[in-house]
This record gives sequence, C-alpha cells and structure tokens, in this order.
Amino acid sequence: MAVRYGGPLRRAVTFHIPLGLLVGATLFPFYWMVITSIRPDRELYSVQSNPFFTLHPTVKHFQDLFELTMFARWAWNTLFIATVSTGISLFCGLLAGYALARLQFRWAAPLGTLIFVTYLVPPTLLFIPLGDVVQAFGLADTPWAVILTYPTFLIPFCTWLLLGYFKTIPKEIEECARIDGASRVQAMVRISFPLAVPGILSAGIFAFTLSWNEFLYALVFLSSPQQKTIPIGVFTELVRGDVFYWGPLMAGALLGSIPVAIVYSFFVEHYVTALTGAVKG
Amino acid sequence: MQQAEDQELRAGAVPIAGPIREVSRPTRLGLLLEREHVLAGVLLTPTLVILALFIAYPFLLGIWLAVSDKVVGRPGNFVGLENFRVNLADTIFLRAFQNTFVYTFLATAFKLALGMVAALLLNHHFRFKRIVRASMLLPWIVPTVLSTLAWQWMFDATFSVFNWVLLNAGVISSRILWLGDGTMAMGCLILVNVWRGMPFFAITLLAGLQTVNPDLHEAAEIDGANAWQRFWRVTFPLLKPIMLVVVLFSMIATFADFQLIYVLTRGGPYSSTHVFGTYAYEIAMRAAKLGQGASISLSLFPFLLLVIMFQLWYIRRSD
Repeated sequence: MAVRYGGPLRRAVTFHIPLGLLVGATLFPFYWMVITSIRPDRELYSVQSNPFFTLHPTVKHFQDLFELTMFARWAWNTLFIATVSTGISLFCGLLAGYALARLQFRWAAPLGTLIFVTYLVPPTLLFIPLGDVVQAFGLADTPWAVILTYPTFLIPFCTWLLLGYFKTIPKEIEECARIDGASRVQAMVRISFPLAVPGILSAGIFAFTLSWNEFLYALVFLSSPQQKTIPIGVFTELVRGDVFYWGPLMAGALLGSIPVAIVYSFFVEHYVTALTGAVKG
Repeated sequence: MQQAEDQELRAGAVPIAGPIREVSRPTRLGLLLEREHVLAGVLLTPTLVILALFIAYPFLLGIWLAVSDKVVGRPGNFVGLENFRVNLADTIFLRAFQNTFVYTFLATAFKLALGMVAALLLNHHFRFKRIVRASMLLPWIVPTVLSTLAWQWMFDATFSVFNWVLLNAGVISSRILWLGDGTMAMGCLILVNVWRGMPFFAITLLAGLQTVNPDLHEAAEIDGANAWQRFWRVTFPLLKPIMLVVVLFSMIATFADFQLIYVLTRGGPYSSTHVFGTYAYEIAMRAAKLGQGASISLSLFPFLLLVIMFQLWYIRRSD
C-alpha cells in the first residue's frame, strides 16, 4: 500500500508515537520479568525504592530457582514433550494432509471437514473425560499423558496447514515422475514431501511453541514435581498458598520464555506463514 | 547410482530413461498402494486413530459424565439432566456464564480494534520494521502462564508498579487494588487477554493488508478520498473476509480460555471472575465432582457449535 507522509510533526502524531506506545506496551511485561529477576528481595518488597531499575543486581533468584526447585528437570521435560509431540503431529499431519490434498477417494471431503472441526475443539471441553482416558491407559503422571494428547490439537493444525501447502505444489511434477516409472508411494515420498519442507518447517515451529506453552492438560495430567513442565512447575511450585516467591517466579518465567523466543526468532517468517496459514480456509 | 537418481528426482529433473529399480519387481503391497483409496486409508490411519482415542471417545465420555453423578473414586449413576438443573440454580455458574460472554466479546472487540491499528502502523515502511514486527508477536509466543505471572506481579496489591507510578505522579492518593473486586479484576483479565491476543490479529490483518492493491488507494485518492474514507471504503471491505475468520478463531479460543484467568485470579475474589473453563476445573478437580464439572464444560458446546457451523458455512460459501 502506498503510504504518503505529511510533515514530521504529523508523522510523529500519526505514526511514531502510536507505534512507540504499542511496542512499549507489548514489551513492558518482559522488561518487568527481567528487572524483577535481578533485583534483591529487600528492594522487591519495598514500596519506597524505584522499581524500574536496580543498583544491586543479583543472581540469587536464579540460584534459588535451580537449588530449591526442579527447574532443570522441568526444562528437560518440556523440551522432550514438545519435541516428541511435535514429531508425532508432523508425521501424522504430513501423511493426512497429503492424502486429503492429493488423493481421490470417496471420503476426502467429509474427512477434511471432520479434521477441521476437531481443530476448533478446545481442551477446556475435553480435559475432564480425557483425564479418565489417560488414567485408564495407565498414562497418568507420565510424559506420555501429554505427548499423546497434545497431538489432538496439533495434528488437525498440521494437517490443515500442510493440506494447504500441498495444494500449492503443482501436481504435474509428481505426474512426470509417475510417467518415468515411480510408484505412487515413491512419487509421494521422493517428490512431494521434499518440496513440502518449508510447509513442514512452519507447521513444526508452530506446533513446538504450542506444546511448549500448553497449560491445562499438563496441569491436570502431571502431578509429581519431577514430571512437570516449566509452565506448570513455575506456577505450582513457586506459589505456596498465598505466598508468591516473585524473584524466582520471574526468573523461571524468563528462562521458560527464552527458548521459545529463540526458536521463534530464527524462524519468524515460517512462524508468520503458519499463523496466517492457520486461519485461511 | 541409486543415490544419484534420488538426487535428480529431488531436484525435479526427472530422468526420461532409466526406470527406478524397485518398480521392476512390484510386491503385492506395492500394487495395493497404487490404488489411491487404499493409500489414503493407510495415510489417514495414524491421524484417525489418535483423534478417535483422544477426541471422539473423550467427547462421548464427557457427555456421559455430564449426565451422571460421578465423583472421583466412585462409579457414577445416570441422573439425567440433574447436573444442568443444579448449574442453572447456582449463582456462581450463572456469574461464570455471564463473565464468559463479557470476557469474550469485550476482549475480541479490543483485540480487533488494536490489532487493526497495529497492522496499519506496521504496513508503513520504516527502519527496524522486521525487528518491530517480530517483537510485536512476543506476547503471543511465550507461555501465557509465565507472562500472566508477570502481569499478576504488576497488579500486586502492595507492590504494583502501576500504583507506584500513579502514587508518585500524584494521580492517586491510595493504592488501587487491581484484582480486589470482581469488576476491576474482569477489567484486568480483559486487558491481559488483549495484550496477549492482539499480535495474532495484527499479524494476520497485516498479511491481509499486504494483499490490498495500492492502485485502488491511489485511484481513491485521485477521486478526492481522505485517509479515513480510504480506510473505510477501500481497505476495510477488502479485509472483511480475513477479519471475520480471525475474529471467529479468536472468539473460540477466548470463550474456552482457562489459563489466563486461572493464573491471574483463580476465579476470585469470591468466585466473581470464573468462566466456564475455570469453574469446571474448580468443581471437577478441586471438589472432585467429575459429573458436575463435565456438565459445566459441556455448557461451552452450544456456543462452540454455533461458531463452528457458521465458519463451515462461510468456508463452503467462499469456495
């Protein structure tokens, strides 16, 4: 879109100031996490001292986080769970997305609709009965309780995204390979799948952040401290009744946010593709 | 040799001669997979198994629980619509019902408005645009629980940074209890939800804006339309389809929200900020009444169904 600028004052009022406010409001809570995690307790719990900076930065909250809680273990759990459930979802979503986009069979349209509908079913609707199911399968309080349930919202998303992606790859490329003697499966695995790598990457990044951040299922299905993920561990083990350990809490919040932020920063474009692709019909 | 062939295939330069070795000896399985409906069945099996086990089955089980008096550790009996009758006589449930709608509609409206403003701003050309756009998405990327904890600390009764600023600026003379009463706390919940969800609107609407043909704006400008008119007469109508889809997605997610509310207020003070999700959790997990809890979370379903059906109708129509 062509954008024309008036004078510098006008541009400041209509552009720079609103943009600055927006970015400031967006980033302020993160600044607050950082500053809280390095301020000593005697400053944190004082109404006098200026809360915006500190002259006595400390790493004590980080030490407490690692010594008093199982944060390292939670980080490992979160990474493991997010990686495996993303892997499972990509595998299923890739195959299903391909089948729905490319293959001629009677149930293609209704199945596509069905998978789209499950994409919109929120965990809030299912967590109570799903708790029973997880228990019945003997998965409660094991990583598999969430590794196998996260795909319920990840697979529909991956399928949907990759279905859209496969539709953008010309069919003719596969047909050429078929004429040259490749079997149906070979054409799929050797021609179409490699061409879908950017789509797979987008779906993977998005799925990874979703499972890294998931809260409700992990809260309900994982109960012992050594099984928890970062969001659950930080929330349940650093809040005791009415007592909030704000220093370690913010240190944990910061360390729990950084990995996803790093993964995201490397793949911003892929992430944005997934985000916008996710809502396209 | 085989490897070289693979590479050629990958590069899309498919050799005209030289058949692939495996094809010369087709197995029975291979022949079966040549048929598209068989292959489709094989490819869809893992997905359908997982969705059947962990969505379809729990969904049916949830309906059964909602009409039973099941509590933790004891098998339930069929009680018909008793749970729903209890819900409708429960003032906390009715409050949660109301809160869910207020939360959904206000938060979605603000997210749409602010997201639109942000998208229009990001559509300008300026230095550091990529970094600004990337950082704008941060609230959406990081775990909601963790950022909500930061907000909770900012709303702290004694050490709230907002109070510190307002007190020191002389705007207020005594501390504001941000999460102290129901109305105020709902406002805070909506604020945090808007903060977290606005980037999603901004980025998807920005993607929509980038598809708007600049010539249309130029034509409108030549015809004497000012910026305001150009937005409402040119940009807005063109963005409407994507806007509708984003709003529907966001409404479903906001309607079924759990974590933000559970972390910030736990439904308090005095159960005044519960929504369906948090109240269902409270009843099912804390009071151990699984049947009652399931009936509360099933109350989400009619609204959800409505939105999904509208969305399916809309997709059909635009196809």
